[in-house]
Amino acid sequence: MSDFYFQAIVYLIAAVISVPLAKKLGLGSVLGYLLAGAAIGPFAFGFIGSEGEDIMHFAEFGVAIMLFLVGLELDLSRLWKMRNSILGFGGTQVIATAALITLIASVVGVDLKSSIAIGFTFSLSSTAIALQILNEKGYMTNDAGVKSFSVLLFQDIAVIPMLALFPLLATIGVASNHSSSASWIAGYPIWVQTMALFASFGIMVTAGRFLLRPILRIVAKTEIRELFTAAALLLVIASAVFMTKMGLSPALGTFMAGILLAGSEYRHELESDIEPFKGLLLGLFFIAVGASLNFQLIGENPGTVASIVFALIFVKFIVMFSLGRIFKMSYDNNIIFSSVLAQGGEFAFVLFSFSVQNGILDQATVAPLIASVAISMAFTPIIMLFNERVILPYIGVPETQKREADKIEEKGSVIIAGFGSFGNIIGRFLRANGVLPTVLDNDPDRVDLLRKLGLKVYYGDATRLDLLKKAGAAKARIIILAMDDPEKNIEIAGHIKKHFPKLTILSRALHRPDAYKLLELGVKHVYRHTLDTSLRVGVDALTLLGNRGFQAHRAAQSFRNRDESALRDLSKLKHDSKDYLNQARQVIRDLEKVMLKEAETKDLFKDIGWDSESLRVDVLKNYPK
Amino acid sequence: MQKVLIIFAHPALQGSRINRSMIEGIERLKGITFHDLYELYPRSDIDIKHEQKLLLEHQFIIFQHPFYWYSMPPLLKEWIDLVLEHGWAYGSTGKSLAGKKAMSIITTGGKQVSYQNDGFNRYTMTQLLAPMDQTAFLCKMEYFPPYVIHGTHQLSDEEVQIEAEKYKTFIQNVRDQTFNFTTAAKVNPENMNQNSRKK
Repeated sequence: MSDFYFQAIVYLIAAVISVPLAKKLGLGSVLGYLLAGAAIGPFAFGFIGSEGEDIMHFAEFGVAIMLFLVGLELDLSRLWKMRNSILGFGGTQVIATAALITLIASVVGVDLKSSIAIGFTFSLSSTAIALQILNEKGYMTNDAGVKSFSVLLFQDIAVIPMLALFPLLATIGVASNHSSSASWIAGYPIWVQTMALFASFGIMVTAGRFLLRPILRIVAKTEIRELFTAAALLLVIASAVFMTKMGLSPALGTFMAGILLAGSEYRHELESDIEPFKGLLLGLFFIAVGASLNFQLIGENPGTVASIVFALIFVKFIVMFSLGRIFKMSYDNNIIFSSVLAQGGEFAFVLFSFSVQNGILDQATVAPLIASVAISMAFTPIIMLFNERVILPYIGVPETQKREADKIEEKGSVIIAGFGSFGNIIGRFLRANGVLPTVLDNDPDRVDLLRKLGLKVYYGDATRLDLLKKAGAAKARIIILAMDDPEKNIEIAGHIKKHFPKLTILSRALHRPDAYKLLELGVKHVYRHTLDTSLRVGVDALTLLGNRGFQAHRAAQSFRNRDESALRDLSKLKHDSKDYLNQARQVIRDLEKVMLKEAETKDLFKDIGWDSESLRVDVLKNYPK
Repeated sequence: MQKVLIIFAHPALQGSRINRSMIEGIERLKGITFHDLYELYPRSDIDIKHEQKLLLEHQFIIFQHPFYWYSMPPLLKEWIDLVLEHGWAYGSTGKSLAGKKAMSIITTGGKQVSYQNDGFNRYTMTQLLAPMDQTAFLCKMEYFPPYVIHGTHQLSDEEVQIEAEKYKTFIQNVRDQTFNFTTAAKVNPENMNQNSRKK
């Protein structure tokens, strides 16, 4: 146990020191983590030893979580829209890179079977590194970011057939000898394994469709937040483990789980619950990659490793850049796109050990290859830095600003928090007038029903800052607080005033005290939720008693205005009141003040401009007949 | 006999002796539809289709209102803006009201003598009602001279009753087509309310 704590301290210190340092030097967090890992690894200072390998496996889970989040961002319809760039860019890239690398490997003297395995493995880039860098530099929404994402996505999918087909590359006898004890299907004939793989996708899709959502709903209904987090983690781990047991990569399992939940109402909630784990584990992953750098091996074969790294980066860069030219990307975007993807991917670690298991490659061949992949990953942030400082300034600035609209395509400029009877009328009204609000609600049954009706509603407690952020609070113009619990509306208003001061708040209040609190927070638009309805009843009562409808209507308007200004006056006085705590008494006292003042005017409301009484008196007095 | 539609607009009927007396029991008269805009649309949410249907069902349209600032109350202006749609009431295809007759029935505080070019109000009723006249013209309707009750501030309670009765007789004559506008115009082209006090 104490060993575990020591390990944790070593990793955390390494991260806490090196990442801020790297960022300060403008190197980005990825390079910081990698350097930290290299420093503490068994081949440098040696704070951590052979367990680095296990840590790497554990940290690969960070990649699995990241792919879950990537999957969550991609429902099937968005995926369909991107099909051209995914297939065009991604497909051509994988085949061209694989072919070139296979050719080079063959020429160097590796046998064809192994060359093909190396070619396909090297065709994959690192989702973790590329996306982290693109995000950090804010390139995700410009052309380079979108195209990179398409390529990475195709690669993540391409791993499936690769994992399925690699065993076919091997001589069958060898495959069963190297059976991994971890897989359920190992040891069976190849065709059974292949069938089992396809069956497992079927099982995932079916479970995702019919099991996941009902289970999440039940968990959400308990309204215990950490339970939902636990369920989310369970979901990610379970899908990863299931796929691993089927002999596939855990990341693939979580990516599928993500896609299956992308259209669900729990999307935002899942995202914000899982995000911190992703960050920590990815950091750990980068550290582990750094730690795995076998300086001894590199030192022994510097020429071999250097040429592999150079070939890997160079071939990938050239293939990407040519693709960018063919698909008419601008130079600056093309350079970002080509450099950010020019490295070996985390799937390489998986595929290489898979190949060893299946007898396609031997350990001696794989060792320098794995080292090269790790080094190529470390080079990416450096190359990007070089681009940014040296090359891009001569070409132009990437269009980070221009495509802003894409980013908020789903984030409407109005957010409605709470979709009960109150919020739903507002939502329907806005929708009917062409404004599509982003709706947050935390009643699982209602969310489900509304979604069946075709509304875009997300499950989540809007009092959570991270969820507000996810819903686009930083970009929206208006937030409407329509939750049933007035305390929650006040809480959210507080968050927004503090963190999103530009967002205009329209808040529902139940009683006067709620309205006071909102006004004190500086909320200008406060609506006591029964005021208008009550006054309409009053108007109808007066009309049915024989008063003119218009007069009753004007009386209600005047009453409402006086009541609202009295509310604002009293809210200012409230600070001086010593009886601040005794709210019930305060309410009665306020009401008393308001009503006594009203009692002074006895007649029904009169519009002086349309009242001829004074004119008539004047005429009769000054112009007698 | 022609069907008469009285479009009535008074935002403060509760304060008007003369108008209350005039419309008292009016809805019981046959062939006359009394249409109280402020009572029907206190929130100004005018039902345009319903209003157009009403217009089509009648041959003689009366706009009855107090004369506020030499014009009509705001809801009636809004009614004209919204109900008399282009393509329906006017324009090359707007012929729905063509051939119908229209006039204004108006109550004013000032006496008739004040509505003269040399009087206190500087213009005659006909001149002040030019916008209504042109509105009717654009809708291809025939616009008659107004029926005005002047000097309402100074009417005694008995006089109010007399005016109310005269008004009811007048609209029934309009309905029965027994009122001769041409003859009346010869007596007083400014006012169809014939023996109104001219002083």
